[in-house]
Amino acid sequence: MLLINCPYCGERPELEFVHGGQAHIARPGDPAECSDQQWAEYLYRRDNIKGLHGERWRHTHGCGRFFNALRDTTSDVFLATYKVGEQPPTQAQLKGVKA
Amino acid sequence: MRDLSAVRQGPYIAASPLVRPLPPATRLLLRGNSEVMASALGALGLEFVETACRAASASGRSALWLGPDERLLLAPQGQYSEVFELLCAALAGRAHSLVDVSHRQCALEVSGPQAGPLLNCGCPLDLDPAAFPVGMCTRTVLAKAEIVLWRTAERSFHLEVWRSFAPYVSKVLALAARELTP
Amino acid sequence: MSQGLRTVSGGRINRARPVRFTFDGRELSGLEGDTLASALLANGVHLVGRSFKYHRPRGVLTAGPEEPNALVAIRRDAARVTPNLRATEVELYEGLEAHSQNRWPSLGFDTGAINNLLAPFIPAGFYYKTFMWPRRAWQWLYEPRIRAATGLGLAPEHPDPDSYSNRFAHCDVLVVGAGPAGLAAAQSAAARGARVILCDEQPELGGSLLGEADPGASLGENGRDWLADTIRGLLANPRVTVLTRTTAFGYFPHNLIGLEQRLSDHLAQPDCRQPRERQWQVRARQVVLATGAIERPLVFPGNDRPGVMLAGAVRTYLNRYGVLAGRRAVLITTHDEAYRSALDLKRAGATVTIVDARNGASGELAETARREGLAVHTATTVIGTRGRLRVRSIRIQRLDAHGQARGATERIDCDLVLMSGGYTPSVHLFSQSRGKLAWSEGLHAFLPAESPEKVRCAGACRGVFSAAAARGDGESAGARAARDAGLTVDIVIGEPQPAQSSGTAAAGDLPQPGGAPPAKAFVDWQNDVTSRDLLLAAREGFRSIEHVKRYTTTGMATDQGKTSNLNALAIVARQLGKSIPEVGLTTFRMPYTPVTFGSFAGYTRGELFDPIRTTPIHDWAARQGAVFEDVGLWKRARYFPRNGESMHAAVARECQAVRSGCGLFDASTLGKIEVVGKDAVTFMNRLYVNGWTNLAVGRCRYGILLRDDGFIYDDGVVARIAEDRFHVTTTTGGAARVLAMMEDYLQTEWTDLSVWLTSTSEQWSVIALQGPRARQVLEALVQEVDLSAAALPHMGAATGRICGIPMRLFRVSFTGELGFEINVPADHGLAVWEAIHAAGEPHGITPYGTETMHVLRAEKGFVIVGQDTDGTVTPDDAGLTWAIGKQKPDFVGKRALERPAMHSPERKQLVGLLTAQPHVVLEEGAQIVLDARTTPPTRPIGHVTSSYYSATLGRSIALALVRAGRSRMGQTLYVPMPGEDLAVQVTSPVFYDPKGSRLNA
Ligand SMILES: [Zn+2]
Repeated sequence: MLLINCPYCGERPELEFVHGGQAHIARPGDPAECSDQQWAEYLYRRDNIKGLHGERWRHTHGCGRFFNALRDTTSDVFLATYKVGEQPPTQAQLKGVKA
Repeated sequence: MRDLSAVRQGPYIAASPLVRPLPPATRLLLRGNSEVMASALGALGLEFVETACRAASASGRSALWLGPDERLLLAPQGQYSEVFELLCAALAGRAHSLVDVSHRQCALEVSGPQAGPLLNCGCPLDLDPAAFPVGMCTRTVLAKAEIVLWRTAERSFHLEVWRSFAPYVSKVLALAARELTP
Repeated sequence: MSQGLRTVSGGRINRARPVRFTFDGRELSGLEGDTLASALLANGVHLVGRSFKYHRPRGVLTAGPEEPNALVAIRRDAARVTPNLRATEVELYEGLEAHSQNRWPSLGFDTGAINNLLAPFIPAGFYYKTFMWPRRAWQWLYEPRIRAATGLGLAPEHPDPDSYSNRFAHCDVLVVGAGPAGLAAAQSAAARGARVILCDEQPELGGSLLGEADPGASLGENGRDWLADTIRGLLANPRVTVLTRTTAFGYFPHNLIGLEQRLSDHLAQPDCRQPRERQWQVRARQVVLATGAIERPLVFPGNDRPGVMLAGAVRTYLNRYGVLAGRRAVLITTHDEAYRSALDLKRAGATVTIVDARNGASGELAETARREGLAVHTATTVIGTRGRLRVRSIRIQRLDAHGQARGATERIDCDLVLMSGGYTPSVHLFSQSRGKLAWSEGLHAFLPAESPEKVRCAGACRGVFSAAAARGDGESAGARAARDAGLTVDIVIGEPQPAQSSGTAAAGDLPQPGGAPPAKAFVDWQNDVTSRDLLLAAREGFRSIEHVKRYTTTGMATDQGKTSNLNALAIVARQLGKSIPEVGLTTFRMPYTPVTFGSFAGYTRGELFDPIRTTPIHDWAARQGAVFEDVGLWKRARYFPRNGESMHAAVARECQAVRSGCGLFDASTLGKIEVVGKDAVTFMNRLYVNGWTNLAVGRCRYGILLRDDGFIYDDGVVARIAEDRFHVTTTTGGAARVLAMMEDYLQTEWTDLSVWLTSTSEQWSVIALQGPRARQVLEALVQEVDLSAAALPHMGAATGRICGIPMRLFRVSFTGELGFEINVPADHGLAVWEAIHAAGEPHGITPYGTETMHVLRAEKGFVIVGQDTDGTVTPDDAGLTWAIGKQKPDFVGKRALERPAMHSPERKQLVGLLTAQPHVVLEEGAQIVLDARTTPPTRPIGHVTSSYYSATLGRSIALALVRAGRSRMGQTLYVPMPGEDLAVQVTSPVFYDPKGSRLNA
């Protein structure tokens, strides 16, 4: 069971969270402008990363907020969690965080 | 035709030594930004603190932080109209959502020297007073149910439980209490 | 039998308290403080089990959790039988009933032992190679036979009457293992103010020290005082939790450790109200692993006979339990430390011969042994043992200068053989933490290196073997852990001790004459894997140790190769001409030792397996004799049988009542979401397919929710309570996921909207009153609402009071009749229900359940999401295109609906089916085909989604999804069933009152 740092509530056990899939996949602003191919990519194409992965979590049984996280899928170490609308930390900011 | 407004029936609560059902209450779920919260708490005579997971409480009224734009407001059952009107007046013209959830959930009190270990039979949070001090409140889980947990005193917790989960929660606590109260 | 092998004094047993027990029905006696293994050995019982594959007689090998042989079943009663317990860990209690396993008819005479004679024909991979043909025979012949012949004990057939508990705990420092390193680490961390949990699998603190005659003496300066003070201090410290009989069985991500605490297995009379075990989930800021080391056996022919034991185990039985495991002993070693066992045995009165495979033995212990008159044979190997049910003699042979077994041989008579190939650090938990291991050539062992977790090791598990050094290592580790847990550390922290070993150790097998691989030189005792099996696997081309493991099954028994893995690795490495680290280790998996299912289940059993959700009206329904069905976690009344009615009869009666009079239905489980804010209508427009802008306050609309892939996700009636407030209902099962989906869009896509969502599912009790007389019943009860068709038409919504209680009233119908849904605050639900029921009695009001609700809505062709849809159904497929707001530029799912495949005329569409034989009710899920009597395989063109007998219509009806269904109206299709193909006619899905005049009444 992971320990996840909710950007609002702090470190909480995974039991309180629901995983929300890959992060930073925005719904196209005007879906009508999308080709079928683009829409299919938006709906179905996801990365399957070994290593640093951007993903969404929701603190469902907590503050209820969705947020984003950078997690190393090989070690389960979270390098960062940040609120919706915030940019992921840069490489420079991540330096010094043990992966 | 009979007026039945005084006839109420809450959910079943299993009896156990450390757990006490609390009486029906006025419960309003308020959503909105910090100004909304500040106005609402001010109207209810409560101190407004923006800290996450903290409750403000005075004269039988309380406001529990549940999320950055969400507070659960509690008051005695008989104050529903008064509280509702105070809030409507204070929040007029401000974007917010106020929803009556008085019947959605019920409250239990878990108290005694073993209150923390009892809750830890199903709740995964660190309930050491240093990690979960008096005044802290949060949604969390107890076994397979969601609860709101609020520490009202060093050895006393207030639980808010959705009504259909109350029999389950109280039964889990009653079962777990057997190994803590010989 | 007397405990003839008990020493006269010493040990940690209570000589004044005899304990009676039985082993395979034999009455024996031990002492308080004994394990089953020590008590058996005290009674001279070495033969305790049979091996898994060859059914060879086996004895106690070890004194701890690594035991591969002495597996027993402990029986309290028919329901309380625990198989596969290690006798070395079973604490003796008065009346304990133990049974050996894997033998028939008895331990001494086992017919399965024929496998032993066939051993040359059962090499590694035998089962894979032999039982290949005929293939079908595997199912009915080979597998059942093989399973019957093997198996480790039997599970009881009764439900487990014991209870189990769970506990979450947190600490600054968790220390696993309470030997010298663990005690020191816990003490050191606690002294710095840390919240500490210390756990150990044994009933007493002390770990390896418990096997010493004078536990404190080996700890160095002031050792005795330190040990006593440390244990006393830890037990008295309120910030320290000491858990004995507690195994740390698993290391999970982010420093979560699973502990299994055994509370009552050691008691003669457990309190049945108390749990048998408690499973802890400990989240530690820092972990110190002080898990010790396991002695390595030596691999030589006949090393598995009862009476062949690990040297350290013999010493533990002697010092801790006062048991002399034999009187004429031979020690075989490649390691100095084992000389201690020989010396202790000698001092206890046994004769001991030492066989040291090394070229010379010049250490301090070896010199002491010689000085005390023990015969020491160096440069000598063992080439065989004899003795049927217990070792009687061994044969040794001198090694030449090249280490070849070429010299003279000699037989030594004995009743006990001690062996030691050095120590293997217990890195199981460290490895489970995804920690990397590093090979130490000096120690001939894998030692812990880096881990992504906040963990450090101390003492023997990182190669610091001596007790005094382990204590210092533990002190250092505890202090560092406290510091890293964030505690202010003002005391000087000592350095970790260097890993060290007394004398060289080796892994692998002992040299044999002619260099030939010996027969029956066991590597894995429990799975009967010999060195020859491993060599065969290597010769047959297995290169990866993971493949060798699976092919030979080495290390795959319940002990997970605690005693065998390193020897197996060394043998394979040598054969492959590689170094041990090149070959690599297999994965360590949890649990460290077996954990009961009960402990994982904890409280989650019986009525607490899942929450059972009931509505405020549930008890009333139960009193009326309702039959309930599970819908998600909810219990819903399915039908209300009267006077022993069948479901069919009850449903027919309930349907009739709703169509002709009125019926009462508990719809409280419906999901409800209050959508509030100035942008509420925009939010609804973006989310649901419908247009909401024109929905007036006081009106309802049937809403359909898609996912962005265009498929129906949920549906429900939505009422506009105010300009900025909607009362949204969802399906019972969809309540939580719909709210989660709404929150997702609101929080992550449409952050511009000023709108909030609140679940009100449980705020409102919902009572559906349906039928032509519904209005008359309700009129007498409501205030502030005009119920007339003009004032409150179909799909009207009003707020008012019923019996003085505030109410939201919706004029909606899922039955096709005039209907109302009365929402009242949940605590008032029962009182209002009873009042309506009483008011309705003159009108023949009838409570009905979900089954009747299903039939009534099917007669009207109303779909149920999740029954008539399955995640691949679009609104058009379900005949719901009319609901889509045509003017809207976008809504969730709109773009996907424009993809060509989504409006192919060949899609499956919802239709009605009428069977040619009106009384035949189709099976839900049955496939539909074009032609009768075709031979399989036939291509189905659809399937039945809903099917009932309609009492109203006097015939069966069904809904189905059929390819291009709407173009097939009137066509005859077939539903193949065993014995016949049922002819069905395709019709409209609306079977009753297609004009809807009844619900507009
Ligand atoms: Zn949170």
